[in-house]
Amino acid sequence: MATIPLDTAPPKAPTALEWIRKNLFNNWYNSLLTIAGVTLVYFALVSIITWAFTSANWRPITVAPLLYLVGQYPREELWRAGLSLLIISLLLGMSWGVWRNYVRLFAIFLGVLFAVLAVFPLDTPTITVPIRLVMAASAGMVFLGYRLGRIKTILGRYVATLWLVAMILIPLVILPGFSNSSVLPKVPTTVWGGLLITMILSVGGIVLSFPFGVLLALGRRSSLPVVKWFSIIFIEIVRGVPLVTILFMFSIILALFLPTEARIDRVVRALMGIVFFSAAYTAENVRGGLQAIPPGQEEAAKALGLKNFQITSLIVLPQALRLVIPTTVGQFISLFKDTTLVYIVGINDLLGIGNAILNLNPEFVRLQMEVYLFIAVIFWIFSYFMSYASLQLEKALGVGKR
Amino acid sequence: MLRAEQPSRKIPIWRDERALKVVAQVISSLAILGLLYWLIDNFLVITQQRGMPLTYGFLKEAAGFPIKESFIPYDSTMSFGRAVLVGLINTLVVSAGGILFATLLGFIIGLMRLSSNWLISRIALAYIEFHRNIPLLVLLFLWYFGIFTKLPGVQQSITIPEILYINQRGFYLIWPRLVEGGMIFLAFSLTGVILAVIAWVVLRHIREVRGKETYFGRVSLAILVLVPLMGWFISGSHPVQLDVPILQGYNFQGGLRLTTEFTALLIGLAMYTSAFIAEVIRSGIQAVNKGQIEAAKAVGLNSTQVLMLIIIPQAMRVIIPPLISQYLNLTKNSSLALAIGYQELFAIGKVTINQAGRAIPVFILIMATYLIISLITSLILNIYNKRVQFIER
Repeated sequence: MATIPLDTAPPKAPTALEWIRKNLFNNWYNSLLTIAGVTLVYFALVSIITWAFTSANWRPITVAPLLYLVGQYPREELWRAGLSLLIISLLLGMSWGVWRNYVRLFAIFLGVLFAVLAVFPLDTPTITVPIRLVMAASAGMVFLGYRLGRIKTILGRYVATLWLVAMILIPLVILPGFSNSSVLPKVPTTVWGGLLITMILSVGGIVLSFPFGVLLALGRRSSLPVVKWFSIIFIEIVRGVPLVTILFMFSIILALFLPTEARIDRVVRALMGIVFFSAAYTAENVRGGLQAIPPGQEEAAKALGLKNFQITSLIVLPQALRLVIPTTVGQFISLFKDTTLVYIVGINDLLGIGNAILNLNPEFVRLQMEVYLFIAVIFWIFSYFMSYASLQLEKALGVGKR
Repeated sequence: MLRAEQPSRKIPIWRDERALKVVAQVISSLAILGLLYWLIDNFLVITQQRGMPLTYGFLKEAAGFPIKESFIPYDSTMSFGRAVLVGLINTLVVSAGGILFATLLGFIIGLMRLSSNWLISRIALAYIEFHRNIPLLVLLFLWYFGIFTKLPGVQQSITIPEILYINQRGFYLIWPRLVEGGMIFLAFSLTGVILAVIAWVVLRHIREVRGKETYFGRVSLAILVLVPLMGWFISGSHPVQLDVPILQGYNFQGGLRLTTEFTALLIGLAMYTSAFIAEVIRSGIQAVNKGQIEAAKAVGLNSTQVLMLIIIPQAMRVIIPPLISQYLNLTKNSSLALAIGYQELFAIGKVTINQAGRAIPVFILIMATYLIISLITSLILNIYNKRVQFIER
């Protein structure tokens, strides 16, 4: 009978000193690099922190925080934006409760951020007590949602449905209102702005471009030549030109191809451009997934007597879409960042509002660094959490591990 | 009995797959053609109302607008066609420069990311995460408005004496310029490069076939050095002159001047794209199977040979396709120059639309130019992919 020798015990975890020696000073040039790196990081951090707390002037941000959030949205109708925020906070909290890891970090971050914003001292009269209360309530909603999401009977698909309802309700009913309503008077999109527009364009772009992208990907593999060639030409043309040209096409050129009496809202036109552009890229990602599905799957489904539509929707697509989650999330992140380009066609998104504020007051004219850094941080946070969630999802699904 | 049942077994036409396909084809082509017809019909009505013919004759008319920087002679009396060409060249120049710097930087950052030194790897990660999660337009604004418009005036330039002067008007750089007889040197240098490449390919092939050492590396290096050196002496030892920027009155004369717009765009594009390239490089090198390296070592190759003969050729197979698509992205992203005032293809196209009043022809021209650039790139990529495919058995 074989006995296990004692010295095969698992190695001990390295002590801090051992770790430092192994990872930072394992030979002479790594030691030099480490010293150079530490010096670089030290001086960079010191100069950035000194700048941020002494010479930087954050007035352009603290003086008008509402502008960054909602633009010129009428202040007497602001409760509608507040209501939307509360709904989204609740849903975010529920998503955290239901899906745990993917949303946890982001939900906690936003909850804490709302709580901080509720009490953050700002010397501007625009931030009134009700606004601070809404912020506090949003923080509460995130945690209330979490408690709700933990209840066993609440399932992922209910939360997903609620998200879908909210995504239709908020940008189409609550925010724009109706022209002959006294409760929800019409608010034209020309006064929407800031993070509100950025969010509507990116969420709208993601939600709408995905189905189009899947259809185009299926179209490209279709056995019908007309559908196939239309898809190929569409995808290749759109992918061959910059997004600016597409946005420009929708904002200016499109009007020349529509009857003179047809006027499309300019935010909708920008959204159309983004969807148009993103769908082509999504299509190519999805095609990659479709190609990875072994033909045996389809043949087996056929042998079982499934119809073409059933084969695609029940056998091929579910497997293909799961494979392309990482690339699709990457595509969504770049879509989110690309929404800044609508500034070029004159829409006041976050970047446009930043520029408007810089021109607002002569004393802000040289404070571009502060404003753009602030905007950069906002984008960074959202993009980072998206890629974080994608990484978690990738791990959970074991993509690339089989 | 059987025969009598046969006709009823025949698939009815509404369930016959071939018939259904034809119907689907007809319906989808009708839908597409109908949409196109509707759009074009509307378009024709509008153009008739406004009088904007769909012709390109205006390209020969005088443009009438100035362009701040141009790599070919241009002034506002020249034609619209010339202006668009200037824009195209500006796009190509900034893209080529951006690609060069992005590749260099991307390689460095990618290798740093793979470093066994924890701190160096983390610095590279911070660089990558910073650039990948911020919109390019915001980065360009940070560089241009946040830094470059705040540079000191001409008199207080940031200076490396005789080499580089940086101020609000741009970057003034020492630059070699050919003097008389310089062409001889240039011709010799080019010949040297071509001969060196030929020597490399031929000698290497001979070694591969005969298995005899031909010293292809050293021979071609010698040709690369010696031939231009000959040209240097034949052209009288002074083929190039260093053009040094000199402060005269309120501005610099001489040297190579890069405008702040161009430099901001170049730096912004290069740094943004380098973060993506770094990830491409990292994943390419990590894709090389560890067994390959171990096997190469077991065969007795030294570490340079392992790197040059085993790792790089296999990593390149993975790296090249996404690398080229990053190059294409960079070229397309150069259209954001519009927002910081560097006049490349799209910016000039926009001015041309306003000046000539011909939205559609100009727009088609711009789109077609970008499409041609993309198509050429994907053609090169496809040829490369065919050549390096693994031959599977």
